[in-house]
Order: sequence, then C-alpha cells, then structure tokens
Amino acid sequence: MKKRFFGMVILVGIMSIAALYAGGQAENTIEFGVNYELTGGFPIIGTSAKEGVALAVEEINAAGGVKVGDTMYTLVPKYLDNGFNESEAAVVTQKFADDDDIVAIIGPNDSAMCLASAQIVNAQKIPTITPWATNIDITKTGDYFFRACFTDDFQGAILAKYAYDKEGSRTAASLYDKSNPYNVGIATIFAKTFEELGGKIAEMQTYSAGDTDFNAQLTRIINKKPDILILPNFYEEVVNQASQARKLGYAGKFIGSDTWGDSSILDADTEGLLNNAVWVGHYHVDIASPSALKFIDSYKKKFGTSKVPNDIVALNYDTVYLLKQAIENGNKVDRASVQKGLSMIKKFEGVTGSMQFGGAILGDPLKSAVMIQIKDGAFKFLTIEKP
Amino acid sequence: MKKVVKKVLFLCLWLALLMLLQQTSILSNTLKLILQYIAIYSIMVLGINIINGYLGIFSLAHAGIMAIGGYASSLISMYLLKAPIFFPINLLLGGFVGMGVGLIIALPSFTVKGDYLAIITLGFSLLVQSLLQNIDAIGASRGLRPIPKNTNIFWVGLTLFLAIFLVKRFIGSKYGRSLLAIRSDSVAAELVSVDVKRTKLIAFGLSSFLISIAGGLICHLLSYTNPGAYGYSLIIEGLIMVYLGGIGSITGSILGATIWQILVETLRFIGMWRWILGAVILISLMIFKPTGLFGNKEISVKWLRTIYTNVAQKLTHKKGGRV
Amino acid sequence: MSMYLQQLINLIQLGSIYALLAIGFSIVYGIARLVNFAHGPIFMVSTYLIFYFATFMYTVTSNSWVVYACSLPFAIIFTSLLAVVIEKIAYRPLRGGPIVALVVSSVGVGMILEYGVLLLIGPVPKRMPVLIKDIPFMIGDAKISLASIVIIIVAIISMILLSLFINHTRTGVALRAVSQDPIAASFMGISRSLIISVAFILGAVMATIGASLYTTIYFTFAPYMGDRVNWYSFIAAVIGGIGNIKGAVLGGFLLAALNVVGAMVLPVSTYKDVLVFAVLIIVLLLKPTGLLGKKIIEKV
Repeated sequence: MKKRFFGMVILVGIMSIAALYAGGQAENTIEFGVNYELTGGFPIIGTSAKEGVALAVEEINAAGGVKVGDTMYTLVPKYLDNGFNESEAAVVTQKFADDDDIVAIIGPNDSAMCLASAQIVNAQKIPTITPWATNIDITKTGDYFFRACFTDDFQGAILAKYAYDKEGSRTAASLYDKSNPYNVGIATIFAKTFEELGGKIAEMQTYSAGDTDFNAQLTRIINKKPDILILPNFYEEVVNQASQARKLGYAGKFIGSDTWGDSSILDADTEGLLNNAVWVGHYHVDIASPSALKFIDSYKKKFGTSKVPNDIVALNYDTVYLLKQAIENGNKVDRASVQKGLSMIKKFEGVTGSMQFGGAILGDPLKSAVMIQIKDGAFKFLTIEKP
Repeated sequence: MKKVVKKVLFLCLWLALLMLLQQTSILSNTLKLILQYIAIYSIMVLGINIINGYLGIFSLAHAGIMAIGGYASSLISMYLLKAPIFFPINLLLGGFVGMGVGLIIALPSFTVKGDYLAIITLGFSLLVQSLLQNIDAIGASRGLRPIPKNTNIFWVGLTLFLAIFLVKRFIGSKYGRSLLAIRSDSVAAELVSVDVKRTKLIAFGLSSFLISIAGGLICHLLSYTNPGAYGYSLIIEGLIMVYLGGIGSITGSILGATIWQILVETLRFIGMWRWILGAVILISLMIFKPTGLFGNKEISVKWLRTIYTNVAQKLTHKKGGRV
Repeated sequence: MSMYLQQLINLIQLGSIYALLAIGFSIVYGIARLVNFAHGPIFMVSTYLIFYFATFMYTVTSNSWVVYACSLPFAIIFTSLLAVVIEKIAYRPLRGGPIVALVVSSVGVGMILEYGVLLLIGPVPKRMPVLIKDIPFMIGDAKISLASIVIIIVAIISMILLSLFINHTRTGVALRAVSQDPIAASFMGISRSLIISVAFILGAVMATIGASLYTTIYFTFAPYMGDRVNWYSFIAAVIGGIGNIKGAVLGGFLLAALNVVGAMVLPVSTYKDVLVFAVLIIVLLLKPTGLLGKKIIEKV
C-alpha cells in the first residue's frame, strides 16, 4: 500500500517536471522583463507599475498583438521584484539578460535601482526602458538604457521658473530628503535656476527618509519668511510636512515635483492644507488626448476603481507601447533590433503626452511637463511647460 | 612539508576551477552573479563572525566598515590607480583603510559592554552612512559611478580562499583561543594573562579588514554604489547571516551567507511571502538550534567520513543486515 | 526669540513621544533581558488597530474625544494580546538559551508583522482620523496646538501612573524583583513567566498610547513605520540606561534635543544626523552604562 502510494507520487512528480519543460514557448510570443519595486520601502511604485504594464499588454494583445513582418506576436511580460534593493535590481536585470527569450526590459522605476542595473544593461546589451526614473545619469551610462519621462534637470528648472514668473515668488526655501538622489537633484537644480532668475534662496533644509518630524527644520525655514516652499518628496511625507508647516504658522505657498502624482495625496490631505499648491506632473485628465481618456476609462474598469491612474501607471503603460513601437520599427524579434528600433523613434504620442527623441542624449525624450494645481480636493490642470 | 604541498596543490586546483568558471559559459551569467554575491557576503560574514561570533560582542559596525572599505577602494580605482591590474592592490588598500577605522572602534570595547557597545557600533554605522550622504565630493546620495567592473569569479574565489585561510590561522593562533576565553569570561581570561586589549585590537582589525574587502568587491561588481546600501537593511542582514550559520564556525559563516542569499533568490517567485517565510524559518531555527546551524562545529574530512559511515550503516541495516 | 521658544516646544513634544516609545522598549528589556526588535512593528500594528477602531467609532459618533476614549482601550487590549502571543510562541521557547537567539527571533517576528500587514492591508499609507482636535494656542509668538499639549500631558501622566504601578503595587514589586534577580525572585514564589507576560503587556500598553499620540501629529502611517520607531526606542532607551524608566525618559528627551538643536545650530542641516550620532557615541563613551545606568559590578 505504501509502495504504491510512493510510486504514484514519483509518477506525478515526473509528469509535472516534464510538463514544466514541455510547456516551453507558445508560438509567436514576444517576452519582455518587468523589473519592478514590489517590496521594499515604497511598494506603491511596484503595484502601480504592474497595473500600467498589465493594462497595456492586455490592450495590445486584444487588438491582435505586435506586428513583425507578416506575423502577429503576443506580448508576454515576466515580472520580477527587485525589492527596492540595488543588489537585487542588478540580479533581476542579469536574470532577464540571461534569458534568451527576453528581448527587452521595462524598469526599474527608481533612479538608484536603475543606476545599479546600468552596468549590466549595457554590458549585456539588453535594451531597457525606465518609465519613471528621472536621474540624468541613467541614460548616460550607455546606448541601451532609455527612458520614457523627463529628467530632474528639466523638472527642477521648470519649477523654479514657475515659482519666479507665475507665482511671483522672490524668496524660496526647500525641505527635501537628502538620502535620495532624486529629491536632492530637484532641490539643487531648483535652487540654482531660481537664483539665476534673480530670486533668493532663504533656506535649504534636509531630512532622512523615514523621518516624520520636521518641526525643527520648518521652524528655521519659517523664520526666514519665504514666499514659497518646495517639497520635492514622496507624497506621504509631503502631507505631514505641509501640516507641520501650517501649524507652525507658515503662510506662503507650496510647490512640488512629480512624486506628488498620486491621488492618495488628496485623500491624505483631509484638511486641505495643500489647497492651491502646484506640482509638476506628467499628464492630466483635462488635456488628455482621446487616447488618454480611453486609457483612464479602461483603467477604472479593469481595476474596479474610480481613482484616476497615477503617473507611474501611465508612464509604464506608455513604455509598453513605446516598446511595441520599437519592436515594429526594428522589424525583428531580437535585442539588437529592438535597440535600433528604439533609437529610430523620433516622436511618440503617449497618454503622458508627446515624447521627442533624438536630442543630445540618446534615450532622453524631450517632453512637456504639466503644471497641476491642487484645488478643492482635486487635481486641476494649469499649464503645459514645453521643453 | 607534506601539509604545505597539499595546501598549495588545493589552491592551484581551486584557481584553475575559478578560471574555468570565469572564462567559459558553464555557468549562466545569473548564476555567476549570485555565486559572487554568496562569496562576497561569505567574506563579510567571516569578518563579522570574528567579533559577533568568536569574541561574543554584539557589534553593528559592519555596515559602516563595509561602506568605508567599498568607498575607499572604489575612489582609488576611479581616480588614482585606474588600470585593472591594480585591482588587488586597490582592494588591499581599501582593506587597510577599513582596518584602521576598525582599530579605532576597538577602543570603546575596552570599557563599554553589552548593549551599550551595540549602540556605539550602531551609531558608528549610521554616522558613516550620514557622512557619505552629505559629502558632495564623493557623490553624496547620488553615489559613485562608474566604478570599473573588476570583480569576477576568479578574484572573488581567490579572496574567499585567502579569507578562510586567514581566519583559520587566526582562530588557531593564541589570539584565536583568547577570543573564546574572553567570550566566556573576560575577567577570568585576564587572570590567566590573556592580553584582552591586544586581542580585541587584533580581532577588530582583522574583522574590519575582511569586511572592507568584501565592500570593495561588491562595489566593483555592480560598477555603482551609494550610501543607501549601507543602512539598517545591511546591518540586519549581516546579523541574520552570522547568527544563522553558527557563531563559532567558519563553515557556519559561509553557510549562513549561502543559505540566506539562496533563500532571497529562490523565494522571489512567491513575492512578498518570501520575507514572511524567511522570518518563520529564522525563528524556527532559533528555537531548535539557537547556536546557529553549525554552532561551533566545522566541516572537515573526519566529520564527512563519520557521516558517511553512519549513513552507510543505516542503509545496510535497512536491507536486513545484508551487506 | 520666538523661534527659540518654538523650538523648545518642538523639543518637548518630540521628546515626550520618544520617551513613551523608549519606556515600552525599556520595560521589556529590564524584565525579560530581551532587545525586542519587534517593538516597532508592534507599535505599527497598534496604529492600524487604532485606525480601524477609530474609523468605526466615527460611524457612531462625531465627537473626537469619544472616538479617542473608546478606540484606545480596544486597541490596547488587542495589542497586549498580540504581545503576549508573540512572547509565548517566539520568545519563551528560547529562554535560557543564548540571548542572540532571542534577538534574532525578535527580528523575525518584526519582519512577519511588517510584511503581514503589508500583504493583508496593502502598501498605501493611511491617514489617521482626528483623535485630538487641533486648536492652536499662542505663547508669545510661538504656536502650540492642543494636540501637542495633550501629548505632553498624557505622556507625563502615563509615566507617573507607570511609576506608581511599579513602586506601589504588588505586581510592581514583583516586576522589580524579577528585574533585579530572577532566581531569587522565583524562590520567593514569583512566577517568572507571569511577570514576563506582564512586562510585555505593559510594553504594549505604552506602545499603543504612544501610537495614538504619535499619529495625532504625524498622521500618515504605513507598514514600514515600525523600523524607525525601533531604532529610536533602542537608542533612547540605551542612552538613558537600559531597564531604567527614568533613563528611558531622559534618553527620549536627549534624542529629541539633539535632533532639534542639530537642526537649529548647524549651518547646513544635512549634517544633523551626523551630530546626533556623534554625540550619542560620546555620551556612551563617557558613561558606559548610559546616563542613569547603574554600574554593574562584575561578579568574578
């Protein structure tokens, strides 16, 4: 009795192993890797990224797939979590590079993860597109790293110009996370541009990711009475910062960067402290092209929510379509052709606006930024700032 | 004489194997990368184990030391000795810088004990991370880039071999025996003329040397490093690997590093559950084997032989005594 | 002038919170000799518990005081239960073994709590509904909100009550006995297991009260908040002299002072953390058992 049971187990085991190997490749599929931040300090990045990719893949495949030559291919994404850890991001990149079936990688989304993966991306020559990382060094590492969004240099400068010209601010202060190159980059460029325009930087105060008490830094800032305070930080921290600032008597304006781009910031700001604050985003419903509106609708339907998809979702969605364009340009399903296909893209219309490639740095698109204002608990479109 | 010949022969075989793995495609690139991680973390854990394991001091300084060693050798590779042939020298220089700092950390351990010492070492690690985040000349939070990619299986394997050799010699020496004595009872050790201060200095020195070299190796592997990598996570992971493997065992250190890295890798497919699973394994391990998997034992030929004979006996018994 | 006054208020407020966090941690250490790395995650879980109870209470009443008064006891009860269960499953089997096994086990427990909440509830940070109405008062030119005043008062009262409990009740005496000499205490008929459970419950109570006050000021929270709290509690408790409640309070205020003074004094605030850690190290070098720690005479 025992022997027979044991024999069954072995049989089932062999069959399942055989099935795993026999399963293999279905005909006419294109596989790409998704290197995303599911676990770690900011899981919202990973979940948003997956939503964007999944939605785009579903749409593309439903419409027939990607056309190469005369054949239609189905897109198959492979998701691996990099845990918001540089070493793991590198391993994930290497894993994808080793898998011969994978022609390209989407992600990571975070700048530090991208920088850690850059060496492998270029050494292994696997075309990689980051949807959301804005650090300028990423695309400078080689010909195989591309991005689908604007850079920190651009963002910081736009914010400074907006503050000086449109808000009429003459004294500015900043509170930013010094442990993240993203926050540091924007705050620094903002300060530089603002001073070039003639403004004065009253205070630049910092904290470390994870800190929740900013009273000491804010007291110092408020003492210098700045007109405007820039908070280029993740949205959950921004609400706390704004609240503490107001409680300490700050009466000036707030301004922020693309990390404000999730409607959760509105949910968290129950007191409306950020009313009238402006931030730089990648897209907005009001200027949404018909395709963008369609995207927003599909998102709401697929994920059963009334929330507007945030920037990360939208950028990942666009990146998949960017990849589709590249594959079709290159007209062959291999890495070199995809890379060539990417570099051939001159203009791309996505839900996050139009991207123009071909500038000074291969892989950096010229993209418009959207100035968005928080008004009465909603994101209100203000202006488009062109590069 | 014969023993030395055996060791040299073993080293040559080992180097030949490393070169084979390095140059050919027997192993996939991913596997090569993971093996290098395992080896580098093994070196780091060997270093940590000298203090946390053998000496019995609950130290959290390894993150700071690894940062110093990593940054030092990377900066040298980037700005001073740029050619790849200088790589081993850069690693050693990074190691010496780290060792110097390690000797300084040893000083508080003369008077401060237990958890208070732990806080000092924690403060040290966080201080180093904070400093690195602030100094613009070395990249601040942007990190260092590009660091020449000099690390490969050959160098990592060779360093691991040397690390094991060093630690073995150290533990076998009189200083090594003093370590265990101090761990059990510092006062008694002093009474039997163990030079506690000198021993601690040497222990911290060697420990920091190894950890720094591990830092240098990993920086030259990813071609990039930043202060964020040397924070709380690294501190905790280091502790887990050390106590997992066994606090008085070289094999334990390597095994701890290996098991943890493998866990992190293989359980990736279950997403977030891998952390919960890993934690459960950790807790169960602590309950059933609190001195770590290997405790104080080592793998040796004799031990393997004993296992073999035991297994062989059991098998022959199963077959009803037939041989 | 007003800026200094404001900073002083900041300091007292921050210090009160750090003190509460450190006390809970210190009690468990003093009684169970355990560096409980699950303390921060337990704090985080209690925050979520308060959130759910408060949200529920708001469907019944709209008075923030009632909500606070009703949700806090429930949260305390459940958090205490959690703490006791953790102690029984993950710590008790390890008692008597090497201390590091306990510490590593507590790290594991912390991870399970953190990732458990992450998986079950999700990563999106939540906002705590108002527990204490925010009404600003002015002292000269400096602002202080009602919430801050309540925090300071509640913190002081908690510490006084705790002190009374430990010094004047039978259980309190038992706690002190076990802390000083566990073996002699058991000879006196004190159940060590029971006392350790009490210690954990006390720790959980302080953590929950601390959580309710913490989220009044820093009202967004997410599963990872426990990490920071862990290290702050640890540092504050040790600086003050671990196992010592007054020491934990002192440590909490010192940590807060360093943070505030650092931000004020340094020309570039980025070096604030460096200052905090440097002072930390110096304090411990000068006073190796913490500020109020007793010199342990090593028995030969």
